[in-house]
Amino acid sequence: MSEQDKTTLSTGIELLTFQVGGQEYALDIMSVREIRGWTKATPLPHAPSFVRGVINLRGTVLTIVDLADRLGMGAAQTSERNVIIVVHTGKETVGLLVDAVSDILAINTTDLQDPPDMSAAECEESFVSALTISEGRMIRVLAIAAALPTESEEAA
Amino acid sequence: MTDEVDPMIEIRASFFVECEELLESLQDGLQLMDDGQSDDETINVVFRAIHSIKGGAGAFGLEELVRFAHQFESVLDGVRSHTILVDRTDIAIFFQASDILADLVRAARDDEPADQEKVQSILDKLSVILGDNAQEEDEVDASDFQPMGIALDLGLPELSDNESVDTDTQHEPAITTDAISAPGNEKPEHFLEGFKIFFQPDSSLYETGNEPLHLLKLLREIGEVDVSCDTSNLKSLSELEEEKSYLAWTIYLATDEDEASVRDIFDFVADLCKLDISPISNSTLPPSNKTDDAPLSSELSIVPTASETVVPPAPPQISQNTADLPVRKSTVPTLPKTNTDNNKPSNKPRPTVRVDLERIDRLVNLVGELVINQAMISQSVTDADLPSNSAISAGLDEFMQLTRDIQDSVMMIRAQPVKSLFQRMSRIIRESSAMVGKSVCLKTDGENTEVDKTVIERLADPLTHMIRNAVDHGIEKEEDRLNADKPAEGIVTLMASHRSGRVIIEVSDDGAGINRERVLQIAMDKGLVAENSQLSDTEIDNLLFLPGFSTASEVSDLSGRGVGMDVVKSSIIALGGRVTIQSEPGQGTKFTISLPLTLAVLDGMVIEVAKQILVVPLNAIAETLTLTQESVLPLGPNNRVIKVRDVFVPLLDLGSELGFRAPLNNFDNAVVLLISQENGTQAALVVDAIQDQRQVVIKGLQNTFGRPSGVAAATILGDGKIALILDPIDIVSSAESAGNLAQNNLQLTG
Amino acid sequence: MSLQILAVDDSRTIRDMLNLTLSQAGFNPHLADDGIHGLELLEGLTPGAIITDINMPRMDGFGFIDAVRKIEKHRATPILVLTTESAPELKKRARDAGATGWIVKPFEPKKLVRALQMVTG
Repeated sequence: MSEQDKTTLSTGIELLTFQVGGQEYALDIMSVREIRGWTKATPLPHAPSFVRGVINLRGTVLTIVDLADRLGMGAAQTSERNVIIVVHTGKETVGLLVDAVSDILAINTTDLQDPPDMSAAECEESFVSALTISEGRMIRVLAIAAALPTESEEAA
Repeated sequence: MTDEVDPMIEIRASFFVECEELLESLQDGLQLMDDGQSDDETINVVFRAIHSIKGGAGAFGLEELVRFAHQFESVLDGVRSHTILVDRTDIAIFFQASDILADLVRAARDDEPADQEKVQSILDKLSVILGDNAQEEDEVDASDFQPMGIALDLGLPELSDNESVDTDTQHEPAITTDAISAPGNEKPEHFLEGFKIFFQPDSSLYETGNEPLHLLKLLREIGEVDVSCDTSNLKSLSELEEEKSYLAWTIYLATDEDEASVRDIFDFVADLCKLDISPISNSTLPPSNKTDDAPLSSELSIVPTASETVVPPAPPQISQNTADLPVRKSTVPTLPKTNTDNNKPSNKPRPTVRVDLERIDRLVNLVGELVINQAMISQSVTDADLPSNSAISAGLDEFMQLTRDIQDSVMMIRAQPVKSLFQRMSRIIRESSAMVGKSVCLKTDGENTEVDKTVIERLADPLTHMIRNAVDHGIEKEEDRLNADKPAEGIVTLMASHRSGRVIIEVSDDGAGINRERVLQIAMDKGLVAENSQLSDTEIDNLLFLPGFSTASEVSDLSGRGVGMDVVKSSIIALGGRVTIQSEPGQGTKFTISLPLTLAVLDGMVIEVAKQILVVPLNAIAETLTLTQESVLPLGPNNRVIKVRDVFVPLLDLGSELGFRAPLNNFDNAVVLLISQENGTQAALVVDAIQDQRQVVIKGLQNTFGRPSGVAAATILGDGKIALILDPIDIVSSAESAGNLAQNNLQLTG
Repeated sequence: MSLQILAVDDSRTIRDMLNLTLSQAGFNPHLADDGIHGLELLEGLTPGAIITDINMPRMDGFGFIDAVRKIEKHRATPILVLTTESAPELKKRARDAGATGWIVKPFEPKKLVRALQMVTG
């Protein structure tokens, strides 16, 4: 893993990159609380399909979201190799089920570009807030707030 | 830990806590007065509550609060002394005044402005009641009442600035023991400005613990004094009576202070002595010479008295600190540790402690962990296959008992009587009935029922709404009541009780009952039910809980605020509670809220369904049964019922209701939980197996993706896995509303 | 050894304030929440002065002063009445019961201390 790049400017950010459904995504590392291995989740009745259930995170109940399913790429096949990224968004902590964690990437915010306007396309595009390139690979920066809808939105 | 806390801030915080207690006893007292059950002590309690609020408020300079409390207090003082006679109309105003007082207390606490208009309107009503009673004096008093002491304001001179009082020894009072027959004859000549004071204590001055020498000492602090003592009344030693007054003093005082300041020194004793104070000027005689000039005749005769009363006792330490004391206090009011420790033993009026709620919550959480831990140990012991009579099993049983005791004790710390909540509701009644012009009174029962503090806090909003609803929609207009042979005054009843491990709160009114025809029509108009629906009374009543339903044809100020009973219902469900309606045309409507005693733990039955471990709250389960295929009777294409004693009970497969599997077809040997609903009907839930009964710690579920229906919360099992705690009644009722079921149990007749 | 002061008031807030004020002024305060409690404490105390509220449950200030004056060792102990009223008749009643002086509530700390000095020397 790369250490913090000393040349990073004040506008630099660090991204945690990970694999979801064969694509490479990333998250601002500031929103990541911890990374842990997959444990079987207790399913919640009548929950949306992308909600895998809940697990015990040191005494608190953590909701697990299957990110691949959420992004419209079909439910993940879970195995020991899967990873849960515990993220904190605004007021809630949620576990994101992903295929694997790849790297920590220090980039400058100027290296981020807006995703092309794909409004005509399917809604999954709205889950990406920016794009960047690392070693020739395209990295999709997850729009975490969009991927984890608020209660009112979902309950309605 | 709390070393740095400013004690005044703590005292202020504790003042507001005390105010809440005082407001509560004020309410209680007023209620007794209203019920015609008050005696003198009741009125005293009411008076004292207001009085204490005023006293504390004054100390913190809360002028608005003081001003209002003062007026209120004046009225109660009149009531107390029977110069003001009150009827129920007046007491109604007292209730309003106590509401305003509560508002002002909270406004002061939160440093927010109070509603001046309301305050003034009640102040006006109070002054009408007060009438001529002590009006003039109170008028003055009220406006004069400032957060300051009077009478003792001596304008204490700063000692360093005033040479004349700078020294303790130089100007000892020159006490002369000669008889001065005409005290006015000798003027100390160097005095430019000052007073001549003749002071002759009555015997009563000594009887009240006053001491002339202290007064002389105080005079010395505000100027130069020349004192001569008249001992002409002294008897011989043997004739002296203790505490009889034999002496008189003539004092020349040179000072910049005015006469009022001088009189202030004698304030405590003005009525206990002969006192004559007259201004003098251009005197020049130095007092120090006087003693030399005076013939010393009978000095020995007064020695006993003198040694006792004339020689000032060693001043307590504080004298030296007088000058810097106020400064020190106003800037850094730190409490010396040693002092507080010394005070502790005597400072124990009531054996209570105030504890930060956070600390209690931490304790509750820790006990929760303890319970989980204990479950894990139990699990390991079971897994180890130890003989049931082994020492470890016995020890574990004891451990479980202790854990449970600790848990109960901790929960008790959090429990509070619902009384404060009910008192808030009595205010809602007063305000809402006034707003719609109905006469409504609140009756309460079981207000000492204890409920978890959080539950109480979170019940306030739903209850407020239900009470407003009852006043607005439940209670009829006065003429309608009279036409129906009901008393003009409507009654809303709030009742709390403990019933089989839950808290029951009932809100009922003696109004017209639910107009089911209209409710159904509205629901059809709004498309909430199909046009030709045939609904039972209970179903119609329950339409009130549907989102978007509002019966108010004329939206009133009160309940027509966009908040419906659906919000009430969901906030009660969020507390792990349930709410049901019963209504009788012409008799009234009753809402029954059933709540868990605590939000932290519950007794649950651990079950298995579709390979999932789940917990069902024990109190929802009436009994468990094992079925045979024959006992299951089809009803229509999809529904099944079972016969339990004389009642047909709908049968639900829990697994399929939760969406975990397709509906079962074979019920042979199936285990069912018989679930009792609040309205008395039952339903049977099929489960795969019953594992255990145990106490589980309730863990809240996140609401990120909405509240999963049928699930109340979660818990952590002994193996560290999460098990969901089901809300079986929610499961049954959503199955019912999905239309899959016969709505009501069919009563077998004959 | 600092001077013992017995302070009697049914309001916890006022007691807290008296406690603070008196401690800071170097006195050794003892606190009671009504007259009965005050009398109980007096059995083990020889205070340099007593401060008492008037309106209290169980035994009010007048009754308390009266009772204190009947105890031989407290016959001459200065007693200051804490009062929100400055009404003359109230002073008179306190005086008749044997009060030494009065402090008008809300008291300013320095005035309280000053009053204590007036009666304790």
